[in-house]
Amino acid sequence: MLDGFAESKTLERLKWAAALLLVLFLAAPSFIVIPMSFSSSDFLEFPPPGLSLRWYAYFWDSITWTQAARASLIAGVLTTLISVPIGTLAAYGTLQLSGKMRVMVATLIVLPAVIPAILIAIGMFFMLARFGLVGTMSGLVVAHVALAIPVVFVVMSAAFSQFDFSQERAARSLGAGRVQTWRAVVIPQVSGPMVASALLAFVTSLDEVVVAMFITSGENATLPKVMFTALRDKIDPTIASVSTVLLMIATSAVVVVIRKASHRG
Amino acid sequence: MADMALAGNVRLEGLNRRGLARDATYERLLALGFTLPCLLVVAIAVAIPCGWLFYLSIFGADGSLSFENYQRIIDGASYARIFMTTFQVSLLTVLACVVIGVPFAAFISGLEQRKAVWFLAAILLPFWTSLLVRAYSWLVLLQRGGIVNSTLMSLGIIDEPLQLAFNHFATILGMTHIMLPIFILPVLGAMRAIDRNIIRASASLGATRSFTFRTVFLPLASPGIAAGAILVFVMSLGFYVTPAILGGGNVTVISMRIARSLSNFSNWGAASALGVLMLVFTGTVFLLGYALQRFIARKAI
Repeated sequence: MLDGFAESKTLERLKWAAALLLVLFLAAPSFIVIPMSFSSSDFLEFPPPGLSLRWYAYFWDSITWTQAARASLIAGVLTTLISVPIGTLAAYGTLQLSGKMRVMVATLIVLPAVIPAILIAIGMFFMLARFGLVGTMSGLVVAHVALAIPVVFVVMSAAFSQFDFSQERAARSLGAGRVQTWRAVVIPQVSGPMVASALLAFVTSLDEVVVAMFITSGENATLPKVMFTALRDKIDPTIASVSTVLLMIATSAVVVVIRKASHRG
Repeated sequence: MADMALAGNVRLEGLNRRGLARDATYERLLALGFTLPCLLVVAIAVAIPCGWLFYLSIFGADGSLSFENYQRIIDGASYARIFMTTFQVSLLTVLACVVIGVPFAAFISGLEQRKAVWFLAAILLPFWTSLLVRAYSWLVLLQRGGIVNSTLMSLGIIDEPLQLAFNHFATILGMTHIMLPIFILPVLGAMRAIDRNIIRASASLGATRSFTFRTVFLPLASPGIAAGAILVFVMSLGFYVTPAILGGGNVTVISMRIARSLSNFSNWGAASALGVLMLVFTGTVFLLGYALQRFIARKAI
């Protein structure tokens, strides 16, 4: 960081060692679940006494777990399909607003990311209870869309701030309509960030625990909710196998995003 | 966009003026219209529920208008302790993030781009890994028969397994692990924006390395550090999953108390009042932090 200064080799090596240790601290706990999920033991042990796929089989045979996986998948896909278009549109619209108005709208849109999730959870619970909608997929999707919108909005705002809007004006002045301009000029140039925001929106929904805990039940209970309940009751390696699957999904999302980003840059 | 191009330098005159002004207004309204779907969702999922909480909180158990829910919180010593615990855990998480994150970010900011990307990827990976998965991993690592304890015992450092999980230590460790990426990103941004020539100037004028770090580099990075710290603090106040799992019942934060009032006692009024207080608490901390950050930013320039 201080490149005008000479530095001793020992200090340099010490710094690298500390930095790598910190990377280990950040990354390792996420990966420890992988070997545990292949454990043959009934309990959580590390290292596992033997290897087997029994906990994956158990997951696959259990109605509770497969139903939860299905609910999570539906919620995630619906959340992505709704939040990406409206979040993108809002990011685009917000950039055209003037000073104060822009700050106000942007603040309102990122609000769900700052407000404690528990408040959204119980507030939504009370509201849905009033209309008899607790435990429905639509209630969950509305809440998840609200939580995904700030993510999409931030990513797309960054993308649009790099976009040269004179291209849009050029297309319009040459006679293209608004929709045609969007389809042919704007969207193709922000498709990378749109893919990134879609993945992030999906992962946001897939990982969300607190809201799902309060407003879903029965066949609409999501994976994180079932996992959280299981963690409180008994700890068996099924959770490790579910974690591994979730981790794989999140990791592939990160890889896709990084490759997309390095492809452009 | 059309309005910006037209309203900028060109003086609008004659017959066209009114038409163009109308177009400009139309464009502006349309831009606002584009943000409406998002604003609507935020209203349904955040504004109305929070308003509902406020509404429910001012009714007593018998359904009449009263402040008994708030009265009970103010009177009860257990509530004061829960607020203190939440504050303490959040503050320690911020401290841990600053102590670990600032040197780490300073290190990365000095690397060349090619190497820095790998560190960034390592920082971002846990950022996108489920909170539950990470809490669960820490539980496995820290439990009595876990790797940390068995390693320490086989090295002969300890004789008995240490109680590492289900306490404040585990909670703060888990929360720091989650918040560190969120802290590092703005700090790294601020450090990267520092003009390297200022550092070189300090070196050429004979300042020592640590003197330059303390009096030039850190002050210039301080607005970013403050912004990261405030973000971490405010987000930590709302944590639920990590203290619930890693605290193992020995750490009760506000979120957990709200959840318990609701699921165990079905006491909507008490849960709402606590929720409203939490919102006010978080909002106040955020505003104070924001004012502090502005102050630091002004001094840094």
